[in-house]
Amino acid sequence: MTRPSFFGLLLIAPALAMIGALFLYPLGFSLAAAFTDGSGNPTLAHFAKAYELYSTDILFTLFIVVTATILTGVVSIAIAGILTLGETPWLVAILRNLYRWPLFIPFIVAAQCMRTFLAKNGLMNNSLVAMGIMEPIQATSLLDWRGIIITFVWKQVPFVTLMVAGAMASVDRSTIEAGRNLGASRPRVLIELVLPQVAQTLLVGLVLSFVTMLSVLSVPMMVAGSQPTMLTVDMAFRINSYGDYATANALGVISYAISGIAAWIYLRHNVKREVQA
Amino acid sequence: MSSKVQFASAPVDIEQAPSLGRLRLKGFASTLLKAAALAAFAFLLFGPLANLVLWSFAERWYAPFKLPVSYGTRYWEVVFRPTGDAMSSLMTSVSIACLTVAVALAISVPAGYALARLKLPWRTALMILFLLPQAFPSVAIYINVARVFYSIGLTGTIAGVVLVHAAHGLVYSVWIAAAAFAAVDRDLELAARNIGASPLRTFFTVTLPLAMPGIMASAIFVFLESLDEFTGTFFVGVPQVTTLPLLLYNASMGGNYQIASITALILLVPSVLFMLFIERFLKADVLSKVGQ
Repeated sequence: MTRPSFFGLLLIAPALAMIGALFLYPLGFSLAAAFTDGSGNPTLAHFAKAYELYSTDILFTLFIVVTATILTGVVSIAIAGILTLGETPWLVAILRNLYRWPLFIPFIVAAQCMRTFLAKNGLMNNSLVAMGIMEPIQATSLLDWRGIIITFVWKQVPFVTLMVAGAMASVDRSTIEAGRNLGASRPRVLIELVLPQVAQTLLVGLVLSFVTMLSVLSVPMMVAGSQPTMLTVDMAFRINSYGDYATANALGVISYAISGIAAWIYLRHNVKREVQA
Repeated sequence: MSSKVQFASAPVDIEQAPSLGRLRLKGFASTLLKAAALAAFAFLLFGPLANLVLWSFAERWYAPFKLPVSYGTRYWEVVFRPTGDAMSSLMTSVSIACLTVAVALAISVPAGYALARLKLPWRTALMILFLLPQAFPSVAIYINVARVFYSIGLTGTIAGVVLVHAAHGLVYSVWIAAAAFAAVDRDLELAARNIGASPLRTFFTVTLPLAMPGIMASAIFVFLESLDEFTGTFFVGVPQVTTLPLLLYNASMGGNYQIASITALILLVPSVLFMLFIERFLKADVLSKVGQ
């Protein structure tokens, strides 16, 4: 049995080498740069500097990513719920064909769309004014933290909905029908019967979205220009303006820690599920 | 309402029958409400895209006007002029994407086969290892890749950008390739072996053709990922390699919304086509095995 196993390792070796060279090695590099000073002695000074300069941005990043993740979850559950439990065929059919459009649209394209759409004189405000819903004087630019959140939710909802709706489609219909027959309203069936059965898929989608949003550089740069901004922009700024790898990598480690929280929530939920099972 | 669920033995809910006219009115109102909600949803979904299209055809558009002052295709001509920046960026982007697909497939087809068919130690750990680059905030990784590349002269080169894109797309290509191979019926391979085909011949005439749709899907995934990739190119490719996303970024930050919008539309076309046709390539039997 050793021979096929060795052959398998040979086949997978180039892929492992690539991950090693282009991910693990730079990762080690970033940790080393964050935790050591110029002569290689361990230090936390870079973190102190990062905290001193960017503590607002750390909180800002957390706030944006957490809010956008929660909103993405709520909207996705609503859309997937309508797709699964909806009793109006035309509504379900149209919604099914609509919601997926932003799925593969790149973040940078989404950012450019929102940069014009959400501006003070963008299409959104102009349309609302033209329809008489809003006075021209009320028009404000949404190109700040709100713009970033809107862009993230717009981009991530199709992805999470696709996963959640797929999971909901495989939920046993008879439990849903039993709930409906006993008189439970559709929102109640969704929250109490369907949602617990797809919680795992929802969590995976949200954790992936969370890390994705944490890594995006183009959206905070293009949608919201000035301070406060997200950690990704700060890192790029430290590198491009000062060549300051130490502070940039300290910020990088902080962003690993934030995505580590998401991974921890996911793992904890998984362990709990396995204990219950 | 709650009592009806808790007591399973309770009789099935029989609502008071309202009069027929009121029922019809209620139905009409609810249809109207649903249509309005759907319209609002469509507006939020397509409004940003509509704004993009408007900008691409707007020759002049300034503050008090709700719609462009004058329309035209002047900027399209600027973008599609054979000698323009945009055409060269498009060529750069497409060649980088093709090279990335070639590199990613050369690496992930053997790896996918090994993960799906051969006995590997720590198989789960290996699968997770391929996911890691996607699970880490990428900016912090890319700044260090750029630093390493700088010391070996790979920054600002096509090769450097291709390597970064291939590593970024590896999780898709390896996972989907593994799923595609896992979905191939093992009995067909055994049948080929039984009638005397060599293992290599079995792989190339039976296994690989059957796994092809899934591998094509992974190739398209990697192609799109490369075409749309911004962050890695931003750090590794500057200043020599200008892909379409970088051109878009520079145009947008420079206030040239027409060029930015047209570039965005060019990037939009393959993404939307893929969204519409993905189910043709990724069959449910492959999809259900992704990540296993």
